[in-house]
Amino acid sequence: MSDGISNNKTKGVSRRAVLAGGTALTASLFMPNGLRAADFPTAEVNTTGLAVTDDAVTIGILHSITGTMAISETGSVQAEKLAIEQINAQGGILGRKIEYIQEDGASDWPTFAEKARKLLVNDKVASVMGCWTSASRKAVLPVFEQHNGFLYYPTFYEGLEESPNVIYTGQEATQQIIAGLDWVNQTKGAKTFYLLGSDYIWPRTSNKIARKHIENFMDGCKVVGEEYYPLGHTQFNSVINKIRLRKPDVIYAIVVGGSNVAFYKQLKAAGIDMTKEKPLLLTISVTEDEIRGIGGENIDGAYACMKYFQSLENENNLAFVKAFKEMWGDDMVIGDVTQAAYLGPWLWKAAVEKAGSFDVDKVREASPGIELTTAPEGYVKVHENHHLWSKTRVGRAQADGQYEVVFETADLVEPDPFPEGYQ
Amino acid sequence: MFADYSMAELGAIFAMQGFAGLILFSVFVLMALGLAIIFGQMGVINMAHGEFMILGAYVTYLVSNLFAEYMPALFSMYFFVAMIFAFIASGLLGLFVEWAMIRHLYKRPLDTLLATWGLSLILQQTYRSVFGAREVGVSIPDWMMGSLPLTDLIEVPINGIFVMVLAVGISLAVYIMMFRSRWGKQVRAINQNRVMAGAVGINTEWTDRLTFGIGCGVAGVAGSAFTMIGSTGPTAGQLYIVDTFLVVVFGGAGSLLGTIASAFSISQAQSIMEFFLSGSMAKVLTLLVVVGILMIRPQGLFSLKLRK
Repeated sequence: MSDGISNNKTKGVSRRAVLAGGTALTASLFMPNGLRAADFPTAEVNTTGLAVTDDAVTIGILHSITGTMAISETGSVQAEKLAIEQINAQGGILGRKIEYIQEDGASDWPTFAEKARKLLVNDKVASVMGCWTSASRKAVLPVFEQHNGFLYYPTFYEGLEESPNVIYTGQEATQQIIAGLDWVNQTKGAKTFYLLGSDYIWPRTSNKIARKHIENFMDGCKVVGEEYYPLGHTQFNSVINKIRLRKPDVIYAIVVGGSNVAFYKQLKAAGIDMTKEKPLLLTISVTEDEIRGIGGENIDGAYACMKYFQSLENENNLAFVKAFKEMWGDDMVIGDVTQAAYLGPWLWKAAVEKAGSFDVDKVREASPGIELTTAPEGYVKVHENHHLWSKTRVGRAQADGQYEVVFETADLVEPDPFPEGYQ
Repeated sequence: MFADYSMAELGAIFAMQGFAGLILFSVFVLMALGLAIIFGQMGVINMAHGEFMILGAYVTYLVSNLFAEYMPALFSMYFFVAMIFAFIASGLLGLFVEWAMIRHLYKRPLDTLLATWGLSLILQQTYRSVFGAREVGVSIPDWMMGSLPLTDLIEVPINGIFVMVLAVGISLAVYIMMFRSRWGKQVRAINQNRVMAGAVGINTEWTDRLTFGIGCGVAGVAGSAFTMIGSTGPTAGQLYIVDTFLVVVFGGAGSLLGTIASAFSISQAQSIMEFFLSGSMAKVLTLLVVVGILMIRPQGLFSLKLRK
């Protein structure tokens, strides 16, 4: 892909200009020959005994490739490998090729912690791309903090966390939720909301934020119902009847996993046609990945609010989608989290180059303020709180399984993992 | 909560809610029948029951793709063909598993629990390797999706009706096989006294194998039907296994009538409570009641008198 993208910007970039950070980083991302390892002696760029040699640096990939979560995490692994391959094709980081050790978290949270320890203590990896569920992140967090590892976490999640050892490349809850609620209120005149979710921390926290926002910040709007169903629940006929009874303007759904498929199929079978938007369905949990299981015809007309859709039409994204399909096959779809996972290695590369070192402390210090103009979602920037500034978008699901982007915030939305007034 | 509604609306909602309960009942019956045969009649604790169902679902997925590719004109009818293939595929796998594994464990029924659990893990990973970790989308013919408006207010999901008809059909088929066929007689004879049954010339080995195969085949048909209402992925079978055992154990192992009665009571209780309470609460209460009743009546709702 570098041939197609690398343009005149890359010409004449000196090492100093790259190290200056800022806009020059953009160019460095696509510089064909990269930096030379000889300019960065291993003894200087690695003072803490990480797995860095004169020509290679080792990082870890820690996702579930077996078990329940393999469904979701496979895309992240693919995106991370693509990013690593692209970075290596451009000469690697500080002249060193990225090698990776992949461990399987097996959808089991203690296994995640154990594998994280193995990666950090035995393999001495310089950073880790990994985790998907909040539960797995919470399980590895103490390990990363104890051994001073550095994790890039790709999933949109509930917020209320800010670790010096984690960069959160997905959106935290307020970024994802508020813009979507405002949009549906302003453009669709929605006043009443029915909140629905799977019964665990992310949907509950997200709905809590949604409820606070609806009740405190949106005039004349109210929540007419709030419901949770156990993970894996497959019978939604009762709640669908309840929704009919309450007649909300918006069904706000945060159903996940296999339940998702059951929910949308039964909604359609019950005669609730989402293309008529009465009620309108807004979700924050269905990416293009999930639609493959649900079937596009079953979710046609629903709206999703997140930061990335595969159908985004900008040069970065077109190139990303093309490269992804070349590497993993034409029938692949790319969801929000997959894109966020793709940002991980690139953000790390930018931070390492800005710091001129692989040392975790220096990379951490260099991370806030890192910009990426080449992200498929557009421009992103790392905030002081280790989350990303990013735009939030609303997409309308179509029968072909893709989203049509109908709205995007004018500015980047500031990440606010500890929102005041929403607790 | 009902103050703002007219009588007509309330009537409609309750009618639809009653229907939701019946659909849940049919789903439970479909899930549990295969296991009732295997667990009830043979005493094998088949933890891989969900995976046999998902095999049926994957077969449906394959058949739907075949029809879409080669016989698009007949696509609207593919589902019936798929169910037959699902029965055959799951049944054959069942026969094989019985021959390779289960028959060595009849004297150690508790060990079947571990062995079949291991089997379920193997099957899950096989599905993952063959079909990929992601869920596959099974396209359902248009006529089976959507709803049937009975009145202005009452709408009934067509796939729900389909599941109900199927549940009734399969229950009848199992009943006839169990109580009107030679095989059924042999199964019941073995169940009552294996040694005597063998002594009077019943081929107990073959009957066991066939029973296991038929149980698995019925699971496959259920899995095929569930592509309409649920997901098809390597681990989707796990979603059903708890409810399935709940229904069979509560009904009383060994009694088909018990299975149906227990499916009815659990589904109605759950569906009504889901309407008035939250989904998670309904589940908790259902489980509590079932546990309570089983403490008083460990043999379940219905039990057969057996000579042990």
